[in-house]
Amino acid sequence: LKPTLCLRGSGYVGFANLPNQVYRKSVKRGFEFTLMVVGESGLGKSTLINSLFLTDLYSKDYPGPSLRIKKTVQVEQSKVLVKEGGVQLTLTIVDTPGFGDAVDNSNCWQPVINYIDSKCEDFLNAESRVNRRLMPDNRVHCCLYFIAPSGHGLKPLDIEFMKRLHDKVNVIPLIAKADTLTPEECQLFKKQIMKEIQEHKIQIYEFPDIEDDEDSKLIRKIKERMPLAVVGSNVVIEVNGRKVRGRQYPWGVAEVENGEHCDFTVLRNMLIRTHMQDLKDVTNNVHYENYRSRKLAAVTCNGGVDTSKTKNQMTRSPLAQMEEERREHVMKMKKMETEMEQVFEMKVKEKKQKLKDSEAELERRHEQMKKNLEAQYKELEEKKRHHEEEKSNWEAQQRILEQQKLDASKTMEKNKKKGKIF
Amino acid sequence: LLKCDGEGARAVPLAGHVGFDSMPDQLVNKSVNHGFCFNILCVGETGLGKSTLMDTLFNTKFEGEPTQHNQPGVQLKSNTYELQESNVRLKLTVVNTVGFGDQINKEDSYKSIVEFIDTQFEAYLQEELKIKRTLHSYHDTRIHACLYFIAPTGHSLKSLDLVTMKKLDSKVNIIPIIAKSDAISKSELTKFKIKITSELVSNGVQIYQFPTDDETVAEINSTMNGHLPFAVVGSTEEVKIGNKMVKARQYPWGTVQVENENHCDFVKLREMLIRVNMEDLREQTHTRHYELYRRCKLEEMGFKDTDPDCKPFSLQETYEAKRNEFMGDLQKKEEEMRQMFVQRVKEKEAELKEAEKELHEKFDRLKKLHQDEKKKLEDKKKSLDDELNGFKQKKTAAELLQSQAQQAGGSTTLKRDKERKK
Repeated sequence: LKPTLCLRGSGYVGFANLPNQVYRKSVKRGFEFTLMVVGESGLGKSTLINSLFLTDLYSKDYPGPSLRIKKTVQVEQSKVLVKEGGVQLTLTIVDTPGFGDAVDNSNCWQPVINYIDSKCEDFLNAESRVNRRLMPDNRVHCCLYFIAPSGHGLKPLDIEFMKRLHDKVNVIPLIAKADTLTPEECQLFKKQIMKEIQEHKIQIYEFPDIEDDEDSKLIRKIKERMPLAVVGSNVVIEVNGRKVRGRQYPWGVAEVENGEHCDFTVLRNMLIRTHMQDLKDVTNNVHYENYRSRKLAAVTCNGGVDTSKTKNQMTRSPLAQMEEERREHVMKMKKMETEMEQVFEMKVKEKKQKLKDSEAELERRHEQMKKNLEAQYKELEEKKRHHEEEKSNWEAQQRILEQQKLDASKTMEKNKKKGKIF
Repeated sequence: LLKCDGEGARAVPLAGHVGFDSMPDQLVNKSVNHGFCFNILCVGETGLGKSTLMDTLFNTKFEGEPTQHNQPGVQLKSNTYELQESNVRLKLTVVNTVGFGDQINKEDSYKSIVEFIDTQFEAYLQEELKIKRTLHSYHDTRIHACLYFIAPTGHSLKSLDLVTMKKLDSKVNIIPIIAKSDAISKSELTKFKIKITSELVSNGVQIYQFPTDDETVAEINSTMNGHLPFAVVGSTEEVKIGNKMVKARQYPWGTVQVENENHCDFVKLREMLIRVNMEDLREQTHTRHYELYRRCKLEEMGFKDTDPDCKPFSLQETYEAKRNEFMGDLQKKEEEMRQMFVQRVKEKEAELKEAEKELHEKFDRLKKLHQDEKKKLEDKKKSLDDELNGFKQKKTAAELLQSQAQQAGGSTTLKRDKERKK
């Protein structure tokens, strides 16, 4: 990458207008947000929602969760469309009536987890289609967890719930009905809660650090006040000529939007005015991605769990994974083929050699025998020749002898005739 | 690909200012912090002023030497720059087609361009399909806009232009521009533009249309659509006109001012490409061109959505099924290869056995011959022996006779001698 090129002179390009283009398009598209509220009944959850969004989300026609008596934990959602300053927001509020209300609350968090996971699953399925369409984002972007204002510390249920959900959704713990605590009690309570949260390594939603000095001061202030202690009200009261939302007591009015009375304003500003987008981003980039990678890595087609995936396999897309496997297999086959080929050649060579040896051996033997035979023949010839010679010699000799005899007898006859012989 | 149309939501009024109208600002802040990225592809023959136009558009001098005309094929050279204008950071990638239109045979010219575009889509797809992925920090290299440079012949589009644009129109947003338009007179230009537009329409080439669905920009966009293709002139040289330094090209007969809308459409191009529709170009690339690529790629690999509305589609199940099918295929291939080897071995063995048999037969024959020879020899031997014996007998008999005769002759001789002596 080249170092940052600064534009020359007074040259105007115009891409500084990009943010406006983004703004324009986002307004046209509209926004959506899903907020989940969890806590025992009677902690003022519905009232707080109505106060936050300055509307009667829960009214006569659409009663809030506390007015709906449930035996088991339900998860219900209400969807409303609100408009402000040209900006349209589709707001989904998810209730969990019955949470923590039973005698035995073991696993009361399970329906909540199931709901969150099922929304992630819907998103995953929609995102994974071949033919993708525009899809709504119904994932839970934020979970407000209501802590009862006991003043002591977290209950085991609080700890259990937050531990199980902190890696699935942005958890923002709130101290409900804070107008039952004095400021000092509230401070102690907050300290205790944060201590316990740290002890149990619960990761609640963290505000991202911003480079801007101004904002980071603000952020630090918010962080110091966590968990936020809130008060909600559906009633507007007149105080010193001002109309405020508040709770009327004989001893005074607890004002919802008074920063000295409670942290409601901090919550509203943070949740809606400054960090709504970040809550969605963290949900998308962290919680959803965790869900997705867990889901994709774990299940094999038999529905069993495959924990054998290596790190390499995780950072590669399944298509690339298949390609890799295909290549490996082709190599393996090639190797197998060459090996088999080698073994085959070797065996053939062996056999051929054996045959050759055997042939040579037989040849040799045959040669041997032939030579032998030839030698014998020669011998025979020799003998025969010798015999012939001897025979002819002897026959010649015999003939001479015969001749001699003949001559001798002839002479004798002659002599006889001559009277030489008496 | 998110849609927020408030489907299934009931509209509720707000009793005051809630504050979510800051959402577009929150989104914009996030984008500005993250930085923007934009990728332009310049397609056109060598010498049409592509680099100069980029320099002029972005008011800076990008790297690179002017290319020669002797390139053997079309190569794509890409350079990435970090630009900043006020608080907006832009990572700009400019891709140039080097050697386009220089070859004698231009049939394959478009191929390397299509390949390049597809490669960027593929990279994104791979990232999107990974199990552990980091999409929000991924450097998007997909081409957002393709400026197609048309030579200022004044007549019509070249066939290379039509062929190339037809191949690219389903893969990238094409913005056709008439390059070096200071070579064409105004009247010729109007005719030229009409001819080009009609040729594009009659050949079914889909060029990018500036969007008219958003009222804020509908009017200007629709007007500009009517000015396409933009006739541009590029120059980084500055000339003094009046008391200002302006970008211009100086001729003996006058000065062509780049930013004078009477002289050329440069300002229109800059306005449309950068100031007004940069974000839309990015969006179209992602939601239309990339989706098409992705869909085709997945279908090619055999993936398909099961039941669009009832059963949710599970990409991961399909992967598993695909993978098993594919592994099964590989197993089969392996088996086949093994079988083939077994077959070969069998055949070779039979061959060798045959050879062995032949060898043995050969030697059996030889053996037989040898036996016969031996027999003959034996017979000959026998007959010789017989003859020898016969001769011996004869000889013995003759010798016997002789010795007898001799004895008798001896006595005869003796008698004779005796008689003689007497």
